[in-house]
Amino acid sequence: MATQAQTIVILGAGQAGASVATRLRENGHVGRIVLIGDETDPPYQRPPLSKKYMTGEMECERLYLKPAEAYAAIGVELITGCRALAIDRVTQQVELTGHEVPLGYDQLVLTTGARPRALPEALVNGFDNILCFREMADANRLRALMAPGRRMLVLGGGYIGLETAAVARGQGLDVTIAEQGERILGRVACAETADHFRNLHQGNGVRILENTRLERFEGKDGVAERAIFADGRAIDIDLVVVGIGILPNQDLADAAGIDCDQGILVDEMCRTSDPRIHAAGDCARFPFQGQPTRLESVQNAIAQAEHLADSLTGRCVQGYAPVPWFWSDQYQCKLQIAGLSRGYTHIVQRSGGRPGAVSIWYFDDSGLIAVDAINDARAFMLAKRWLEQPRRPAQEMLGDPLWDPKTF
Amino acid sequence: MVTITYVEPDGTERTVDVAEGRSVMEGAVSNGIRGIVAECGGACSCATCHAYINAEWLDAVGPAEGDEADMIEFALDPRPNSRLTCQIEVHSGLEGLRLEIPAEQA
Repeated sequence: MATQAQTIVILGAGQAGASVATRLRENGHVGRIVLIGDETDPPYQRPPLSKKYMTGEMECERLYLKPAEAYAAIGVELITGCRALAIDRVTQQVELTGHEVPLGYDQLVLTTGARPRALPEALVNGFDNILCFREMADANRLRALMAPGRRMLVLGGGYIGLETAAVARGQGLDVTIAEQGERILGRVACAETADHFRNLHQGNGVRILENTRLERFEGKDGVAERAIFADGRAIDIDLVVVGIGILPNQDLADAAGIDCDQGILVDEMCRTSDPRIHAAGDCARFPFQGQPTRLESVQNAIAQAEHLADSLTGRCVQGYAPVPWFWSDQYQCKLQIAGLSRGYTHIVQRSGGRPGAVSIWYFDDSGLIAVDAINDARAFMLAKRWLEQPRRPAQEMLGDPLWDPKTF
Repeated sequence: MVTITYVEPDGTERTVDVAEGRSVMEGAVSNGIRGIVAECGGACSCATCHAYINAEWLDAVGPAEGDEADMIEFALDPRPNSRLTCQIEVHSGLEGLRLEIPAEQA
């Protein structure tokens, strides 16, 4: 726990970092709070980057969590465009770019987030029309390259790839998604949900290639012009978006000797293996439902960060036990996910009250664990409520089209 | 700018100016109003920007419809004057708007 006068340094100024800083002040911490981010913008929301920001419906300032000057107003020192180079756990200092003197801390918070998994260098081969997608700068580059009629290849059939494809189709691009796994959404959803989104995209004119591994690109003058797949198929391209997953930013922690394994390892109070160092958000792997878990979501970035801040200020005694939730907007379709479907053994589908509304409910031996609600906000809200408590409707209830959830 | 009064969950009244074209949720978040979480940032996906519109403003603001109404139906403590503030666009006709923020969201 931090005493009132302690200096708390937060590395990573995304949604999690900003939430820690704000919550610490709300909880009455009076010591110094320094929030450090390597991007030039103040903390902003990432989800709209692949949605409304990309279509131009939302300008840059509207993504900011709060105006840049609002941090100073609550006594948070926000330093942008600055990267941490090393953590010295003995002297309790952080080495920063552009700062000759290291910054001392009493408590250190790591909200370093994650970065896109890159294609192997041998594949990228110096072609600069191959883009990853994570930050506002990436979105700006991509926006500049998107024009009607251009041919976009999306590598990876996960949510980021599908959202990017939907936006690109809306802008009149010719879009192909190539997924090397058996099907799209293979890592995150059941086949029935994947079927729904495959139909949605195909109905909107997207070509979807599953079980299709990229072999190489061909091109000239630094521009990839053709993608060749392992099955011999080849397509002409103008730009490529790579959406093949993200990796936790754990290098700083790792180099400082903090326990890491597919994320910075923390306990249910967000503590790392060093009692003065804490972590939350995309970079943190924490015990959840009996197994080490890393969640990639806004819900977790905010809730775990607030739990961390509460824990640091002595406000909470319970461990972090969230109901994870996620959402994705594609074309006119709204997907809302509550819970975590990993390890599910069976599913049940229900039609919702409105046209096009359908929900897919996931169960394991313990009962209901998650829902994919497609254009079905009621199912999502009900599931969120049910997943907060041990008493949940049985599979037979949800599988009965005549059963009224309101009676539960 | 349009003047809006937010009543925070503990009863504190905060009167702030919000730019036209922004949402009532954005006005709350950018001014550090407590109780509006807005996890999804305005995508009508989370119901954590729920608020109660004061009676005299109900006609000007209008009722929730579609997805928003569905979300509110199963939110914590929904009332006839419930709205998700990310779905209310600020315009000059809302000068003086007053709303109350519930103790818990979602």
